[in-house]
Amino acid sequence: MFMEQQPMGIAIEQSINSRYSYWVREALDDLPYNFTITDPSIPGHPIVFASRELLKMSGYSREEVIGKNGRIFQGAKSNRRSVMEIKQAIREERSIQITLLNYQKNGTPFWILFHMFPVFSKEDGRVIHFVGVQVPVTPKPRRSGSEFSRIQVNLCDNAAFLGFCRREVCSDTVAELSRIPNLDLAAEDTEFNDTACKVSDLEKQGANSAMGSILSMLTHYSQLTGKLVSEKRCCSSYMSGVGASLNTSLGRIKQSFVLTDPHKTDIPIVYASDAFLEMTGYARHEVLGRNCRFLSGEETDLSTQLQVTNSMQTGKACTVCILNYRKDRSPFWNCLYISPVRNASGKQTAYFVEVQMNVNNYNEKQQQNLRPEMMQLSVVAAVKVAVRTSGMIATTSN
Amino acid sequence: MLRIKRVPTILSNYQKDEAEEGGGAARGCGRNCLRNCCLPGSKLPLYAFPKAEKVESCDKNGIPFAFLDSLLLGEVILKSFDCYLLLQWEDRMERGLFRYDVTACETKVIPGEHGFIAQLNEGRHLKKRPTEFQVDKVLQAFDENKFNFTKVGQEEVLFQFEPSEDGEVQFYPNAPIDVDNSPSVVAINVSPIEYGHVLLIPRILKHLPQRIDHESLLLALNMAREAGSPYFRVGYNSLGAFATINHLHFQAYYLAVPFPLEKAAAKKITDFNNGVEIYEILNYPVRGLVFEGGNSLKDLSDSVADTCICLQDHNIPYNVLISESGKRVFVLPQCYAEKQALGEVSAELLDTQVNPAVWEISGHMVLKRKEDYEGASEKKAWRLLEEVSLSEERFQEVMAIIFETISCAAVEKMSPEDKQDAEEVGGVNSDHHAAIVSGKQECLVQL
Repeated sequence: MFMEQQPMGIAIEQSINSRYSYWVREALDDLPYNFTITDPSIPGHPIVFASRELLKMSGYSREEVIGKNGRIFQGAKSNRRSVMEIKQAIREERSIQITLLNYQKNGTPFWILFHMFPVFSKEDGRVIHFVGVQVPVTPKPRRSGSEFSRIQVNLCDNAAFLGFCRREVCSDTVAELSRIPNLDLAAEDTEFNDTACKVSDLEKQGANSAMGSILSMLTHYSQLTGKLVSEKRCCSSYMSGVGASLNTSLGRIKQSFVLTDPHKTDIPIVYASDAFLEMTGYARHEVLGRNCRFLSGEETDLSTQLQVTNSMQTGKACTVCILNYRKDRSPFWNCLYISPVRNASGKQTAYFVEVQMNVNNYNEKQQQNLRPEMMQLSVVAAVKVAVRTSGMIATTSN
Repeated sequence: MLRIKRVPTILSNYQKDEAEEGGGAARGCGRNCLRNCCLPGSKLPLYAFPKAEKVESCDKNGIPFAFLDSLLLGEVILKSFDCYLLLQWEDRMERGLFRYDVTACETKVIPGEHGFIAQLNEGRHLKKRPTEFQVDKVLQAFDENKFNFTKVGQEEVLFQFEPSEDGEVQFYPNAPIDVDNSPSVVAINVSPIEYGHVLLIPRILKHLPQRIDHESLLLALNMAREAGSPYFRVGYNSLGAFATINHLHFQAYYLAVPFPLEKAAAKKITDFNNGVEIYEILNYPVRGLVFEGGNSLKDLSDSVADTCICLQDHNIPYNVLISESGKRVFVLPQCYAEKQALGEVSAELLDTQVNPAVWEISGHMVLKRKEDYEGASEKKAWRLLEEVSLSEERFQEVMAIIFETISCAAVEKMSPEDKQDAEEVGGVNSDHHAAIVSGKQECLVQL
């Protein structure tokens, strides 16, 4: 049950091309903003689009940026905590606005207000892309006293520097930029971290209007392909019974599995992975809320089915091989591994995870050193960690 | 001699009180352990990691592991190593080898700026008579009569962990054990703090005492790097810094949130000519150093090892955290045990019975009492850790000693009795000295 992986270059191209109609790149380039579009479903979360303005501001060429992770813009003095907060926002699939020290290709650092927001698929509520807007800002330190005047001198240079950064930059000014005194002193002072960098309301507004423009552009061009996007996750069937953050974490597990809730009547499925849907041929809304027995059919051995139910009622792990049927009624042998999973407070079994393995399909050669059950154990491990982690993060809303 | 009383943590199902141990390790035990009574002819899986900076290959000569990379299981299983370790761990859980179910331990991130993590773990601490530990001697000779990891059952070992011959990952599910060269192994910690909590025991049959040497630290860094997830951290506690067992071991586990220590700011102190950069930790209750960079993993490892050896030789207890898949290494000297022995720790802190080892110092507070868990706050965690730290003056002294030692090309200065101890336990390697790049020793003024 392995997901096919396209060669990277094609996947990156397709990330934009498959969702938006042809002229979207040109339209995005016409916008006067510095921004990237990244695709979290491709390993490495690479940049799939970088606006013309951003390339000018940063000094990179398109080829040097497409396919790379967004961290190429950061450097030694970029505040570690800010970077971690951005990573956290990506994990939780929400937007974030934070100041950050970025670096041009030639190594010159400059402060930005980084505004990142997710773009959701209207159809299934999944995150398609993240858009990262970079608004250059003039840092306003909170420090007072003698240090201020030292820093102010640099800020004047910074402002002049930023003057070149705004909209109408053209390629020869990149050479001019390198003449401007290095901002290292302001950046080197490690007390001078991002949390001390205040941003004006005007700059924040700039970020918000950039977001609005980009989003409406993307929405427009997605209409033409029929794969509508939206700024909000609006698909209710996506929000299965496990809550937003856990949903997100589980979405990263690429194997076929479901979570069932033993506390609800008839132990329904509350989460189903994409791989499960692919294997069984059902759509998500057709499986959520139902007990797994719908996968059984005419030839399914009843006692095996009962074993599954029994395991869930007694809270014990078990392995069974059961004959299941896809939506098109084609049968397949399903080696199920079922295990209880506790919630983050640890007090009770929150879910049962059922990991499917289609036995017709597995490649003998690939499995020679690991028994299939071992593979399924790794899914259980990943699910346990996901459930535990999402429960730990108290502030995430469920 | 300074001593404290504490209940030792149980790391193996075969770890018993000294009293129960009795004499003689060679009593044939029938437990399937790793000593001469049971080991000959035994086989354990072997995970051979590539030493060179090479990307894991795909499907060459039927190496079975490459396909696991396509699985990308969640946030912690990103490479074969993670997958294999965790599924083996889950397997041992199913087999009931752990003293308690760690997923049954309530855990939360304490609200606040730093994100300390609190766990209520009543099962980890035994309701047993506390044992005496000598806390003023960081280097102690290996004692055959005490518990050591060759006494663990083979079922507690997950796999042997060795460098691969040809620079690529190799996996052997049933490899014989090379008794002469002694493999390094990864075993479960039967009192886990988190899911996937394991022990790395370098050269297990050689009975190395708990002290860092260059080769062992490099092995630990390689393991951190081999794991795909930056949420896999490797830690070390010296004697006197709450190591329980005087048999060389590192610990590791997965925790899918950042540690407060990892988020702390740092001020650069210097560069070395081998590319290693050293920083001082700022805005954190425990003072320490961070090592990053290096022209190779070995360069980074050697600089850290030189520092640890220096601390050991000067009898300063310390903890080490390897983070970000081996890219950042924290070294934090501490003095909590000494204070405890001298009666300088408040009753309030002592009552929590928290032993501040590397995980607690990193910000993962494992609490024994419900009231401590319910009332856990950032302020309390901060206050506890402040007690663990060396004072500013003492830390500056220690830094001076460290820098003098590791940047000096001459043989490390050691006091006569330390030299003797060092010789007892296997000699000192003095050919790993990196020089400070001249002219680059920066000393930024702190505002």
